[in-house]
Amino acid sequence: MNNASESAATAMTTPRSDASLFSPKHCGMNTEPDLSEDEDFHCKPPVRYPLLVVAGAVFLAVLFLCGLFAEQLAPAGYAAQDLAARLSPPVWLGGKSGLLGTDFLGRDILSRLLYAIRISLLVAFAGTLISCTLGTTLGFLAAHKKGWVDEFIMMLIDFQASMPFVLIALAILAFLGNSLGLFIAVMGLNGWERFARFTRGLARSASARGYVNAVRVMGASPLRIYFKHILPNIIGVLIVQFTLNFPSTVLLESSLSFLGLGIQPPLTSLGAMLGEGRNYLINAWWISVAPGAVIFCVTLSACILGDWLRDRLDPTLR
Amino acid sequence: MLRYILRKALRALMTMFLVVTFTFLILRISGDPTEIMFPDDVPQEVKDAYRIAWGLDKPLHEQFIKYLVSIGHGDLGYSFRDSRPALDVVTERIPATLRLGLSAFALSVCMGVPLGLCAAFRRNTFLDRLATSVSVMGYSMPNFFLGILLILLFSLKLRLLPSSGSATPEHLIMPVITLGTATAGIVARFTRTAVLDVLGQPFVTAAKAKGLSTSGLIFGHVLPNAAIPVITILGLQLGAVIGGALVTETVFAWPGVGRLLVQAVNYRDLAVVQTIVLIISASMILCNLLVDTAYGWLDPRIRSERTTN
Repeated sequence: MNNASESAATAMTTPRSDASLFSPKHCGMNTEPDLSEDEDFHCKPPVRYPLLVVAGAVFLAVLFLCGLFAEQLAPAGYAAQDLAARLSPPVWLGGKSGLLGTDFLGRDILSRLLYAIRISLLVAFAGTLISCTLGTTLGFLAAHKKGWVDEFIMMLIDFQASMPFVLIALAILAFLGNSLGLFIAVMGLNGWERFARFTRGLARSASARGYVNAVRVMGASPLRIYFKHILPNIIGVLIVQFTLNFPSTVLLESSLSFLGLGIQPPLTSLGAMLGEGRNYLINAWWISVAPGAVIFCVTLSACILGDWLRDRLDPTLR
Repeated sequence: MLRYILRKALRALMTMFLVVTFTFLILRISGDPTEIMFPDDVPQEVKDAYRIAWGLDKPLHEQFIKYLVSIGHGDLGYSFRDSRPALDVVTERIPATLRLGLSAFALSVCMGVPLGLCAAFRRNTFLDRLATSVSVMGYSMPNFFLGILLILLFSLKLRLLPSSGSATPEHLIMPVITLGTATAGIVARFTRTAVLDVLGQPFVTAAKAKGLSTSGLIFGHVLPNAAIPVITILGLQLGAVIGGALVTETVFAWPGVGRLLVQAVNYRDLAVVQTIVLIISASMILCNLLVDTAYGWLDPRIRSERTTN
């Protein structure tokens, strides 16, 4: 229809709804005592970056870079064997080769770790992205269609939420066999129901708002309304969910790979390395401790970052 | 109240139907399961016999009805490895998993709830920060890694505890700690939020203004009101315990359902996988139903809100 007037209406209404996301409560103008949140986090106008949050973000960024430049950084190939130097402890513990020692085939642990970081982060990131897209789309669909479509999607959400997802993932992998593509797709099913539930609720309350009515009256298509107008307004909640879903996907991936049911050799992931090292605990503990520590730090950093983002961006919090 | 329970029960039945459909579809999507399950050198007659035994030569909707009927009769197929009914293979592993799961669950409640209470009542003190960081760490620690660290420390270095098996009560200690801590972290967080929520309510201010003693306030007003969300979370965490049991049982060679499932997936023992999925789902759904009922019973607001919607 009339694009100029529509975008004018958007320009008029979007800032207002943005402002309502960061309502007075979140900007330090709240007069009531707010016992439920750490007010020193978000109720002072200049944004504060607690040390832990910065450390977590920097750690994740460095890890992403490590994964990206694994070829350049790794001192050896991830499959290069040196059987003469099997199970050698790290150099700083008096070993013969490798900053983090070698495994049962004499492969350099540091190099394998870098490649494992690449695979693990890639799988978790792709999985979370899929789950976010799927959940958001289904959430919009449920909010838009109402009726039995809504009921059906809600039932799927309930189903997913009431089942331990590891079980669903294992069943799929058991019956359908394993490949990297399928594995990432399965990771993409992890946690979609949280995205869907949030999106559905927020989209429903947004469609009652003035700006949505305005663009609807001007004849914008539902797709345009949902993805161009409502999505930017709820993106904060989605980002928070993304950050919280990421560590849970990392954990799921590494658990399955640890059990030997996830990433298959010759590829390796952090969980798979840990699983391999488990059989050599008695004489070569470093094989499993290094990837384990990395997984722990990844999930911890992402959780801290996610909590902090939630305090800042999530308007559904009181 | 009765209507509320009926609604919930209907929802539970629908979910169970969804689970059964899911296992059926997954089983069939893979194409002909015989091709996947048997190696190439298995004679064609064996494959055909298997195909007929499972009714794979019939059209899809007939297969589905046959599948529903056989599940209704408790016939869940034969385990390839044990050549016994899959149901028997699974049920004999249940007590071990219950022993581990319930102990871990008890540990997480005993650790999580007091930790959350402390954090909420001593808000923004050192104790609160400590409790919060412990709970975040408990959640972020992958339980297979925690298990391995415990084995390294207590079995290999200090030689205090056995690293695998289930013969004595001592065998239970490390698996329970491994499985319980992650849940404890989550329980602590939710308890903290729930208590803080209640502390901000006007009736607490009113009770304080009335001059009620601190203990009277805590036990008379705060705890009963905070209990409702905490109970809900506990019900939901049961699923997390079951999921975690897969890994924990494998790490400590605990002879439970979780380890059986991992082995069954590795050996492609599909009847056993399917039986475990169905049994765990059924118990989860039942558990959720109980929690929902308890929730509606404890909190009349929920009951009326959901029935009017």
